[in-house]
Amino acid sequence: MLDTNKTWDLLVVGGGNAALCAALMAREAGCSVMLLEGAPKPFRGGNSRHTRNLRCMHEEPQDILTGTYPEEEYWQDLLKVTGGLTSEHLARITLKHTSMCRPWMYKHGVRFQPPLGGTLHLSRTNAFFLGGGKALMNAYYHSAEQLGIAIHYEAKITDLEIDGDSFKSATFTYEGAEHKVRAKAVVIACGGFQANLEWLEEAWGPAAKNFLVRGTPYNRGDVLKVLLAKGAKQISDAMQGHCVAIDARSPKYDGGIITRVDAVSLGIVVNKHAQRFYDEGEDFWPKRYAIWGRLVAGQPDQIGYSIIDAKAMGKFMPPVYPPIRAKTLRELATKLEINPDALEKTVAEFNAAVRPGTFDHTIQDDCVTEGITPAKTHWALKLDTPPYFGYPLRPGITFTYLGVTVDDKSRMILQDDKPCKNIFAAGEIMAGNVLGKGYLAGIGMSIGTTFGRIAGEEAAKYVRG
Amino acid sequence: MFAAEDKAMTLDELIEDAQRVLRICNACRYCEGYCSVFPALARRLEFTENDVLYLGNLCHNCGSCLYACQFSPPHEFQVNFPKLMAKARGETYRRYAWPGFLGKLYENNGVAVSLISALSIGLLFWLAGAISNPEQFFAAHSDAQGSFYALMPHNLMAGVFGAVSLFVGFALLMGFLRFWPYMGEELADFFKGGPLAEGLHDALTLKNLGGGSDKEGCTYPTEQKSFARKIYHHFTFYGFMLCFAATSVATLYHYVLGQPAPYPVTSLPVLLGIVGGIGLLIGPAGLLWIKTQRDPEFKVPEQTGMDAGFLVLLFMISLTGLGLLAFREGASMGTWLAIHLGFVLALFLTMPYGKFVHGMYRLAALVRYHLERRRPVPGIAPE
Repeated sequence: MLDTNKTWDLLVVGGGNAALCAALMAREAGCSVMLLEGAPKPFRGGNSRHTRNLRCMHEEPQDILTGTYPEEEYWQDLLKVTGGLTSEHLARITLKHTSMCRPWMYKHGVRFQPPLGGTLHLSRTNAFFLGGGKALMNAYYHSAEQLGIAIHYEAKITDLEIDGDSFKSATFTYEGAEHKVRAKAVVIACGGFQANLEWLEEAWGPAAKNFLVRGTPYNRGDVLKVLLAKGAKQISDAMQGHCVAIDARSPKYDGGIITRVDAVSLGIVVNKHAQRFYDEGEDFWPKRYAIWGRLVAGQPDQIGYSIIDAKAMGKFMPPVYPPIRAKTLRELATKLEINPDALEKTVAEFNAAVRPGTFDHTIQDDCVTEGITPAKTHWALKLDTPPYFGYPLRPGITFTYLGVTVDDKSRMILQDDKPCKNIFAAGEIMAGNVLGKGYLAGIGMSIGTTFGRIAGEEAAKYVRG
Repeated sequence: MFAAEDKAMTLDELIEDAQRVLRICNACRYCEGYCSVFPALARRLEFTENDVLYLGNLCHNCGSCLYACQFSPPHEFQVNFPKLMAKARGETYRRYAWPGFLGKLYENNGVAVSLISALSIGLLFWLAGAISNPEQFFAAHSDAQGSFYALMPHNLMAGVFGAVSLFVGFALLMGFLRFWPYMGEELADFFKGGPLAEGLHDALTLKNLGGGSDKEGCTYPTEQKSFARKIYHHFTFYGFMLCFAATSVATLYHYVLGQPAPYPVTSLPVLLGIVGGIGLLIGPAGLLWIKTQRDPEFKVPEQTGMDAGFLVLLFMISLTGLGLLAFREGASMGTWLAIHLGFVLALFLTMPYGKFVHGMYRLAALVRYHLERRRPVPGIAPE
């Protein structure tokens, strides 16, 4: 039953990992908690539904995590992908938090498993959830229900009453009516705006029309807009986000992890004019997959084609859509609807530039090209063994980084650089504080878990004194 | 490409949809820690009809993957893995039934059919006894050895059940002998020590109903993990095996020691039968009960009857067997005997065309899983 008569200790806006972490922490500290999730129940959990692991710092092997992943190495990895667009203070809080939060997750029903097939390279750095992110969310929701957190689905926030640095109440629609709820504190954890195509177009221009939204369709950034309008200090910009190249045949929204195409480093990638445009073998695919969304977004009509030959088939995780297959490059070009002469020419030039080497996909091998631009600096093998296969690629946005600035207590910072008293932000809506650019597998859940838990704890401290 | 409606499917539709879903699962792999199906799936790039039936029989229908699936209905990908696998099992049972034309019996092998067959057979026994020799049939009986056979000649009983057992054994063997090579395996490989031992271990311990790497049970009948199904299945299976042992020991008593049934309550066959019989009451009743509690998304309506019919027969065999034991000295013994034999014979007759066969195909799939596990993964890079 919806209870808007009383003043709740804590209102949590959102229903993903960060939201549930905050709600559970506050409830454990004795707060009364109402949680409003915008999505219908089967789609609850935001992008956390699509996740699979948590990037964890550890100074020694921990159950399913092998070796060590010390703070300094983790920090360097983050520094590298963000190019310095990160707050070292908040980042180091996140890294340290991931080394000690898993027993709490376990207590709330989350289970971990050894790395999945095809992900052995992550066995040292990433703790995989048994069953993936939806199983994790199911566990948290079950725990939240057991603890008496009031959860309402399809509850959409339309306005927040903020007086200076203080939250007073929230207005939302629920079951066809408008309601208002008062709370002593609020945690905003309702994600970025990647599903808001108009907003994406404002930032990216007409190119955004060809983007696919790999993440949840429910993150439209409505609350983020309210917060920015009411004085929150913005972090990052609307063009930053986790954007990978996904199969162009994927659905417009919510395709999740299965839409990825891992064939890039084993062949070439061309644009609609059948021209190569970037070094496909720059680095190991897991370290480079996150730049390809942007690369494809920069090409005409925002489309690319990953092309491999029979030698590569079976050497990468099988994508969900079957490849487009042909006996000759001409036939493949026709099927992909690109110019056959141009593709033949591109491949001929590429093949002529390939130097002999010893192919080994598990190391940065010595198979390189010479004399073409862009070069392919590893794993360059001639495309000469039919059948040939093609995967059409589009930019696929998982989540955006534009958000609100927070301090180390997860309090939202206002434009005058002062923290709010009782407004906390966690998860993707503040991920830009730590991750201003690029992506590191599993870091989204690390940020969400860390600042979700901190937000819940700090909100409870504020409310209960 | 992605639209699967919830309706009865033709074989082609089933295989096509299973291939679509298996590709999704193979690109995701989040469920790898739950059971044997997902590691087996991950060894493949493409999925043939053989693969679909193999994976279907490897699946124990624990439900974990559906609850964890980010693409389950109402998501537009409409991934309902357990349901597809259940349908693939149904297809296996139909296809490999022997003789083939009886395969369609699975479709109407429901509770009503099972009960009607059992009671009809029981009635035949009853009429035979009651009409041919009413005085003896309705008399109070001493517990003395041979009283059963005074009503129903031993040779007739042994002959009927012996013949039916042979037929059942042969029909099941034929199913196995066709299914095993269909999966692409050599017959000799089934008998390789390691894989066979591991397959038997997994089958006898119900490893795949014990939960994934967390070993906390399976999501049956609801999303919260529980050992209910594993425990009730153990009661059922081991209860059945004890009853089978009771019959086997009794056969030895009869032929080797020359002692005809019935035997004293403290005798080995009766003790085995009592313990097994209690298991066969608790197990099937429990399995039926949790079946009613299960989330409706898992239900395959055209197969529910087959599952329930088998459980009802097992329960009734045990109930009437224990009833016979309790009343074997009274005037109703003849009636109990007739009804009990009716249920036993009905179970035997429906065995090759009912849920019973799942055990055989499951074991075959598990042994194959362990055979495959020892082979290198074809064509997928270690990274």
